[in-house]
Formats: sequence, C-alpha cells, structure tokens
Amino acid sequence: MTVRPIVSALRKHKITAWLVILEIALTCAIVCNAVFLISQRLQAMAMPSGIAEQELLAIDVANLREEPDAKARVQEDLAALRAVPGVRQVSLAGLVPLAGSEFNTEVKLDPAQKTASLNAAMYTGENLLATLGTRLVAGRELQPEEFRYADEVSKAFAGGDAQEQGVPHTLVITQAMAEQLWPGQNPLGRQIYFRSVPIRVVGVVAHLARGSNLALGGDYSLVLPIRELVKEGNSFLIRTAPQDRARVMQAALAALKARNPHRVILASRNWEQIRAEFFQNDRAMAGLLVGICVALLLVTALGIFGLASFWVAQRRRTIGVRRALGATRGDILHYFQTENFLLASAGIVLGMVFAYGINLFLMHRYELPRLPLAYLPVGAALLWGIGQLAVLAPALRAAAVPPVVATRSV
Amino acid sequence: MFGYYLDLALRSFSRHKALTGLMVLAIALGIGTSMTTLTVLHVLSNDPLPGRSQMLFYPQLDPQDLDGYRPGVEPPGQVTLIDGMNLLRAHRAERQALMTGGSVPVEPPRGDVDPFFADARYTTADFFPMFEVPMRYGRAWSAADDQAKARVAVISRSLNDRLFGGRDSTGQLLQLGDSAFRIVGVLDAWRPSPHFYDLHIAGSYARAEDVFLPLQSALDAKLAINGSISCWGGYAVGQLATAPCVWLQFWVQLDDPAQAVGYRSFLEHYSQEQQALGRFQRPLNVRLRNLMDWLGYQRVVPSDVRLQTWLAAGFLLVCLVNTVGLMLAKFMRRNDELGVRRALGASKRALFAQLLVESGVIGLSGGLGGLLLALGGLWLVRQRPTDYAALAQLDAPMLLVTFALALGASLTAGLLPAWRACQIAPALQLKEA
Repeated sequence: MTVRPIVSALRKHKITAWLVILEIALTCAIVCNAVFLISQRLQAMAMPSGIAEQELLAIDVANLREEPDAKARVQEDLAALRAVPGVRQVSLAGLVPLAGSEFNTEVKLDPAQKTASLNAAMYTGENLLATLGTRLVAGRELQPEEFRYADEVSKAFAGGDAQEQGVPHTLVITQAMAEQLWPGQNPLGRQIYFRSVPIRVVGVVAHLARGSNLALGGDYSLVLPIRELVKEGNSFLIRTAPQDRARVMQAALAALKARNPHRVILASRNWEQIRAEFFQNDRAMAGLLVGICVALLLVTALGIFGLASFWVAQRRRTIGVRRALGATRGDILHYFQTENFLLASAGIVLGMVFAYGINLFLMHRYELPRLPLAYLPVGAALLWGIGQLAVLAPALRAAAVPPVVATRSV
Repeated sequence: MFGYYLDLALRSFSRHKALTGLMVLAIALGIGTSMTTLTVLHVLSNDPLPGRSQMLFYPQLDPQDLDGYRPGVEPPGQVTLIDGMNLLRAHRAERQALMTGGSVPVEPPRGDVDPFFADARYTTADFFPMFEVPMRYGRAWSAADDQAKARVAVISRSLNDRLFGGRDSTGQLLQLGDSAFRIVGVLDAWRPSPHFYDLHIAGSYARAEDVFLPLQSALDAKLAINGSISCWGGYAVGQLATAPCVWLQFWVQLDDPAQAVGYRSFLEHYSQEQQALGRFQRPLNVRLRNLMDWLGYQRVVPSDVRLQTWLAAGFLLVCLVNTVGLMLAKFMRRNDELGVRRALGASKRALFAQLLVESGVIGLSGGLGGLLLALGGLWLVRQRPTDYAALAQLDAPMLLVTFALALGASLTAGLLPAWRACQIAPALQLKEA
C-alpha cells in the first residue's frame, strides 16, 4: 500500500483532516497527562504505613469532665481492654497514622542550628510500637522506665531545664528519617535536639506513616517515650487477629463504656476505614480522571467513525471505479485503515508536543513532577488502537462497495 | 426567514439522525462536565459576606525568633494570645474580634439525649455585628461580658433544635463539662462559605460552629482548643497563654481605605514597639489583607477543583473540535443542495445564516443535554463526603453561563463549516448533478 495517493486525497479535505489530527492530538495530550495523574494518585494511595493495618482498631474517647485520678484510670482502662478476649496488644496513642491530624515538630541536629533539618510527626504512647506492629530494623524498643507523662513533659520543657527528670532522653525514628539526617551512617546513639535538650536515637523502624501532612515527608516520624491520658485527640489502639476485629471492637467499646458512663466515644474505626477516608479525595480524583479519559476516547472514536462514514459515502463512486479497475476488497479496506493510521500518527506526534506543554503548565501551577517518557508510547498505542477500531466499520462498508457502482451515475 | 431555516435544519437532522445525535451528545458531554466543574469552582470561590468583605481585614504580624528566618518570608497566618489581646485592647479599628476554635462536651438538659462533643468558637463580642451573624432569639454578649469573663453562650439554631426542640432557650443553662454557661442568644441559620474566619478547622468549607463562648471565659474554664497551633523556640505547647505559639485569628473592620492605611501604620508601629521590647526579633513584617485577598492567599479553593476545571475545559475543547469536524463534513456533503439553492438565487449570506441556524439548534440541544448532565454531575458531587459537598448547587448565574457557553460554543463550532460550505459556486454543482 503506497502512502502517496492517500496523502493527495487528504489534501482535498485539508480542513477536515487537520481537525481530525487536532482532535487526536488534544485527546492524546490530555490522556497522557491524565494517566500520569492517575498513577500518581494510585501511588499515593498505596503508600505503606509500616503498621499491621489488618489487625488494628482505633477508638477515640473523650471524658466529659476532668478526672482527678486520670493517670490511674488510664492504666485501668488499658487493663480492661487487655482483658477483652482476642486482644493482643493495647496502647493509648497521641497520634495515629493516616488518621487525619498530627502533632509535628522541627528536628535539629544542633541546638544552635538556624534552619531545621526536617519536620517529623511526633508519636507518643506507652507500648505504641508493639501495638502498631512496626518492624524494628536496628537498635531496641523504648523501655518502660524511659516513659514520662505528657503533662510532666510539657511542664519540664516550659521550665527549660535540660537535665530535668520529666524530659524524655531517648526516641525511635524511621529509616527514611535516619537516612535523611545521617545518610549512609549508623543512626543509633546519635542525638537530635528539642530546644536545648538532646535526645538519643535508640531504635529505627522500617516505616511509620505520618498522621496527615504527607507532603512534609510521608515517612518522617519519631516516637517519644511519653504516656498519654484520655482526652480528645488521643486514641486507644487495639491489636487483634484480622477475623476478630468486629467482635473485639464491640467488646472493647462495651468495656470502655462500662468503666465510665461519663465519656463519649468520638470515633471507632479500623484501618480499612481510616485509609479509605484519608485517601478519599485521591480516590475520587482518580475515578474522575478515568471517567474523563474514557469519555475523551469515546468522543474521539465516535468523531473518527462519523467522519470516516462521511468520507466513505462521499467516495462511493471513486471506490467503485477503483474496484472496477482491479482493486480488491482488501485494498479498499487497507486504504481506509492506512489513511486513519496516518492521521492518528500525525495527531500523536502533535499530541506529544501538547502533552509536554500541558505537563509544563501543571508542573508550574500544581507542583507536579515531570511526565515520564514512558507515558507517551502508552498514549500513542491507545490512540492508534482507538482510531483503527473506529474506522473498521466504515472501512468494511467501503470494501463492500461493488465495482458496478462505477457505471452508475449518482 | 428564521422559521424557514429552522424547518430546513430539522429536515436535515431527520436525514442524519445518528450524526446529529452524535454532535448533540458530544456538546452535551463537554458542556455537562464543564458546567459541573465550573459550578463547583464558582461556589467555592464564593464571597462569604458580599457587600461587607471589602471592609473586613486580617492583620498579620511576625513575632517569631530568628530561627529559620529567610528574607521575604510571609508572617504566620495567626497571632499569639499576647499580641491578639494587645491589638484588641488598642481598639484602633471600627470593630475587632480575637478568636480560636474549640471543642466542648455538651451535657444535654434532657436525659434522653446522650452527651456529645460540639464544635465551638471562643471569640470576643464584635464577632457577631462584624460578620452580621443573624440572631433568632436573644442577643450576642457584650464587650463588658468579655471583660468580666462572663459564663454566657450563644448557640446555633441546629443545636437549639437538638437540645431545646427549637424553643427560645435564652436564659437556660448549658452544661459544658465542669462548667455551666447561660445561653443569651440563639443564631438563625448561618453558614458562611468558605468558613472564612478560621480556615484551619475541619476543612475550609466546614459548617459554622454550634457553640459560641467569650474567649476569656472559655480559656478560664480550660475548655479544649481546636485548630492549628504553631510554636517556635522548642517544644512548648501546654502553656499556650504565654508560650511562643500562634493559634488565634484576629479580624478587624475598617470602613474605608483611609482607615486601612491608618491601621497598617498602627501595625507597623506596634511591631516596632515589640522589637524595641525585644519580643519581636525579625525585621518589620506586617500584612493587612482584606477578606477576599486573604482567601486567595490561603488558596482556599482546593487545587484538585482547579485541576478538574482545566480538565473539563480540555474535554470541552475536544468535543468542540469533534463537532466542527462532523459539521464540516455534513455541510460539505450537502454541496448539491446548497449549490441548487445558490443557483435559485439564495445569496451566500442567506446560506450562511441557514447553516448557522442549524448549528445553533444543535448547540442549544447540546446545552440542554449538558444542563441535565451538569445537574446529574452536581448531584454526584453532593454525594461525596467532602466538606463542600452540600454547596454544589446550580444557581441562576451559572444557569445563564451554561446556555451562553452552549450557544457560543456551537455557533463558534458552526462558523467555520458554514463559511466553508457557502463558498460553493452555483454553476459547478448544477453541472455535476
């Protein structure tokens, strides 16, 4: 099949041909960028949290009135939860991964440092790491004797006394944070500073996702040996077997309620719910992008189909003449298929330029990364495929035109 | 003439049903998605207090130490309690209010309602007149109540419905944990959107709070604070009243530009005074944005919504190019008919008008379809669990925009094909036929 006659035929329909090329180009450009955006969202949604999500429950509780013996009551609450059949670990946490809020802190390696090295989410809670199920990759866990109560800690820090007993002196950090602070070195035994107080790294966990501000470094988290009290913003965490979750949740809620009727359960969730809620906007956006891509490809396919049908109808006599002069049905079919391939190719080349332009615009306006080149062939293949599919029916109709048409006048 | 052209257009449609349907569908899809996203963008970019917003200003100071200082950096988006109280007492604006978000444990007076936590706003008296908050029963508290740390409360209409069955509850006691507050006022339905006076609470489009308390009274009662707290100089949360932390919003009302200029120089003067005292360490850095500028600076409209609008615009463009192509092909196919009409004396102008009527009809039908799709699209948006879901409603201006867009788009799309088609020479077509 030679290309030259097709091109000269297209020259007769310059505007229409250019319109098809433009439509394919725009579709290709938008689809390339949309697929890239979808992959970005899916990647965000697949972010590892580093915790045993399948085994964890979170219950947010707040007391209506202040309790005089709050510290003792927390221990009793935790004991009551531990007594629920099926419960493996419990903790009262000051921050929960991906739950939508967080307490974060600037990390400095030197008290005189002017600009912080990084911003990390701050985890607190007795027995927190064992409950969350993080994987320790170096060093050790925080020991019970290292723990202080949260109110004592803030009083000690406000007093500004570095040697004060109320201040914690050890912490556990994530691998990502260790690598950022001390690239290629052993982080164990090194110190970071809170105001003028040095705190020593005693352990490193593989991953621990932040509570909300993933943009600050999704895996920059630190765990301090601080005991929490029951208050709004803190959560009871329960680790159990995946299949026991529903039953344990019910029993745990009943146990907490029975211990103190003057408290309010603000939320009770498992990590499927927490994760779904945290990424709901990303999921919706990905869904919308998929919808737009499908609609775009459909409209483009219908457009190609409509135009090809027109051209076939318009060229019935020419086709008849060609058939009468010896062209086979296959020749006619291939003619229209090649024509479509040429138009699609021109559109794709133009579309790559557009795609790059749109990506530059998005990078500038929405701080998105550069479009990887691998997305371009994907877009190209999609549009070639769509084009060939759309032109098939009109091309078959053209191939079915009998040679006798040539002898008839219109 | 128009009636005749319309008749011709309808005849042409019935001859090419599938093709006409395709063009209408393409325009409807493009318009539908564009209108859905534009409407969402429109309601999210809303002015929460039309007519007053240009008089409301949000002062910013920079009380931070030199850690992490870079020249040109914006001052924090909130104020410390010390600065807030100083500015409040200085009383240099028409009205001013210092506020923060909170959460209060509500113990209902009736036994049949379980205790619950409600969102609260701890603020000073000018909040209500300054933001024109509608009152259903009673009144707001006074500056004297602020001074006296009076245990008084204003509650929302929905909380009043829930606790008191909608009756006038002024004078009743509201038990919030260990403290009791006397209800002095009940709001009428009020949902400023965005939640402009504090953008850090549960999303920028959250509902207004249910309980309003005098700031000093709430702090005195040690009620929980909600919102963004940002501290410097090390770990210091816990002693918020004196700690170097910003966690309050401060709003002022300045009635004319001269007042705004005056207030700005007051802020500069105040900062210099604080520098001299050694409290402020950074170079002079104040801002005084009005409400809409503040919302713009805070990028209150989610970037996803903007991205969606661009995406929909791109989709509409493809749909239009598609329609231009199809219409061109369709008009060119009618060379015979148009040639005959030319030969029978129809001018180029007449043919052009006829073809434009035809494309206009397609556009309007597409617009109508697009409107239905947009209504469906907005319904889908309202089903989402976002804080702005309930706001996604089509209003009259957006309805007009829909039709203008549909008609404009399809006439533009019809222009080129119609012009091309009416360039036909009459004789040539007659010969061939």
